[in-house]
Amino acid sequence: MIAFNKYYNHFNLLSSLLIVVSLLLLIFKGLNFGIDFKGGTLIELRASDSKINVSSLRDRFNQMNLGDVSVKKFGNDTDFLVKFENKDNKKNIIDEIKANLDKSFGNNYDFRRVENVGPKVSAELLKSGVIAISLSLALMLIYIWIRFEWQFSLGAILALFHDVIVTLGVFSLFSLEINLSIIAAVLTIVGYSMNDTVVIFDRVRENLRKYSDIKIFELTNISINETLSRTIITSATTLLALLAIYFFGGEILKGFSLAMILGVVFGTYSSIYIANTVLVRLRVSQKTVLREDEKK
Amino acid sequence: MLYFSKLRILFITLFSVLFILIASSNLFKFDDNFFNKKINLGLDLQGGSYLLLEIDNEPVIEQKLQNLTTTIRNYFKEKNIKINNIKIENQNIFFNVTNNDKQSVLEVFQDENSDLNPYYPRFKSHQLEIEDTGLNFKVNFSRQGLIKLKTSSQDQAIEIVRRRVDEVGTNEPNILKRGNNRILVELPGLDDPTRIKSLLGQTANLTFRFVTNDENDRFGVEKLKFENGLEEATVSKRIIISGENLLDAQPKMDTQANQTIVSFTLDRVGAKRFGKATSTGIGKQLAIVLDGKIISAPVVRDTIASGSGQISGGFTFQTATDLSLLLRSGALPAPLEIIEERTVGPDLGQDSINAGMIALAIGFTLVIIFMFVKYKIFGLITNVTLIVNLFILLGVLTLFEATLTLPGIAGIILTVGMAVDANVLIFERIKEELKDETNNILAFDGGYTKSRTAILDANITTLLAAIILFFMGSGPVKGFAVTLGVGIFTTLFSVYFIARLFTSIYVSRNKNKEKLI
Repeated sequence: MIAFNKYYNHFNLLSSLLIVVSLLLLIFKGLNFGIDFKGGTLIELRASDSKINVSSLRDRFNQMNLGDVSVKKFGNDTDFLVKFENKDNKKNIIDEIKANLDKSFGNNYDFRRVENVGPKVSAELLKSGVIAISLSLALMLIYIWIRFEWQFSLGAILALFHDVIVTLGVFSLFSLEINLSIIAAVLTIVGYSMNDTVVIFDRVRENLRKYSDIKIFELTNISINETLSRTIITSATTLLALLAIYFFGGEILKGFSLAMILGVVFGTYSSIYIANTVLVRLRVSQKTVLREDEKK
Repeated sequence: MLYFSKLRILFITLFSVLFILIASSNLFKFDDNFFNKKINLGLDLQGGSYLLLEIDNEPVIEQKLQNLTTTIRNYFKEKNIKINNIKIENQNIFFNVTNNDKQSVLEVFQDENSDLNPYYPRFKSHQLEIEDTGLNFKVNFSRQGLIKLKTSSQDQAIEIVRRRVDEVGTNEPNILKRGNNRILVELPGLDDPTRIKSLLGQTANLTFRFVTNDENDRFGVEKLKFENGLEEATVSKRIIISGENLLDAQPKMDTQANQTIVSFTLDRVGAKRFGKATSTGIGKQLAIVLDGKIISAPVVRDTIASGSGQISGGFTFQTATDLSLLLRSGALPAPLEIIEERTVGPDLGQDSINAGMIALAIGFTLVIIFMFVKYKIFGLITNVTLIVNLFILLGVLTLFEATLTLPGIAGIILTVGMAVDANVLIFERIKEELKDETNNILAFDGGYTKSRTAILDANITTLLAAIILFFMGSGPVKGFAVTLGVGIFTTLFSVYFIARLFTSIYVSRNKNKEKLI
């Protein structure tokens, strides 16, 4: 048996630190919102001429008065991602850009993807993204509140907040782009993290009913160990699937799978080191469970 | 938990085979209609254009209020009630009445069966709201009135949008209402939406009006610019004929003048009016006005009674074709603005499909190897179940002709990774049971029973997330919610029926074997 409980305090400290740092990052550095949430135009361009590179593209686009322009390599050496504000929301901007690029590069490039999101739509998408995440957290709270005693709910929700905040913190730290698929990833993380916590909690409660003489500090450790191989195997297969998406699923799914990978790692960690320690700190005992059983 | 009746085995087998057949209809062609269904590919996979249009209803409201002032004035004139200073300001109609008439005016507006202020019997709310500010009345659209106005302009606009898109002849366009002032246009396979965008960006309000120098024209005059933006002309507001009177419009080559023209045919009413106007107006300039700009203003030389004519204006063949198309499909009730556009080229779509399939194959293989190494024979059972699960998932998506997107493929891969969870929970539980229980069958039974709540909890939480995502997410992300959500059900089915069936067969044959798992 691994003595997970030996490190409860250490890891609680670490988690608190992680959450504080993430919150500070989110407040002061903020998130790097993509055009889905900020509005603007995105062009994925494939070049067939080595003359076309990040700096030559940047020069060209900067001359066109498009506001803030960012040009990045996108996967291959020949693929580029250009983003700009398109502040005036000009209608024929893509035609103008094409005409302009034709002058310098001839016919040696191709627009593979064009996205243009107006300010109204981006504001709505941001709003519905925030609502979706809040709603999922609320639903999880309700679900766990129905299924478990309040001490368990608190533990699970704290673990959930930890996972979401720290994942977003990493995205803020590395200025990774937040777009629609990241919202999907965050929601899935919420589901996964809850899933992981619930499985351990289920065992904790079962053991609470079984043993009256074991303190919760020991009991959580027993439960974690009993469910450990399941935790490892499920995280492993999920991570294998996600790694396959990350490395082979193409550039568009990179951000999504990275967020999910982070979420699964944090989710597994938090089920052990946050959810359970809340039970310990709230001094959950057999009485907590039996009292609830009687009510039913 | 380990017992299966023959009937149940038959049912499970039939069910699985059915879905495998449905899933394989994506690859083969079946004659049978039931099997001949396909998963739709999202625009991000097959390439195409997604346009979200918003109707700018301001001009419509302005116009409706304009008409209403006339209606109100005439209505009360008939009733011998004097309405003074009627005017429109900030989308409100203001007017004064004398103290004596005040009550009767209010009654007209508030009467439940008022013919001036309708809707009450149907919607329990009037079309117009009237506000009493002393002797001054303020009238504007009620909430219901605005909704009605918006939905009716949306109904008209979607019809015109459909006609214009159909005329361009793209592949199976998808045109849908969004809210009460938006229209979604999905154009599969279209990688350059420039033309459609320019066609949808024009209201195409065509009028024929005389150029006049008479400042006291009965209908009023306005100064309009020519298309080239340089010249100007004063044009009467009296409309001779408008786009509504057109039966047909076609681009033509005028061989005499060697230029491209748009020739048009008028309906009966239009032909009559056109004939009359051209006979009385010989020598005058007739301005052809499109969306507030003069295309050309030819001098009338002859009476045109045939009901057909032509527009010239320095067109290229392309612009003449587009103008005829716009005129044939009719004018939009209000201007449209493209507020969101996403276009994916077909080769990027194909690349995404390939990448998704490779990721699926690799993810699947990794999971299968991992499970086999970890659980041997039970890993094999899990793996067979996983394969069947994948087919059933594809089968369900096919059956409902769901739209598969790139995030949707990610959802399938993720399902593969998470689907083993339920089996792992069961197997681990069985292992624990076997520590105290020597009877293999009882241990397996216990493993299944005792792991049930955890499995249910775990899947419900993921399902909740998927449901929220389905309702809140947009476009490709919705596809992720679909595959993830459907994946949960197919996983539960395959774990509790297929995997359990295999397990039960294996366990009953090896009842007395030690170290079974």
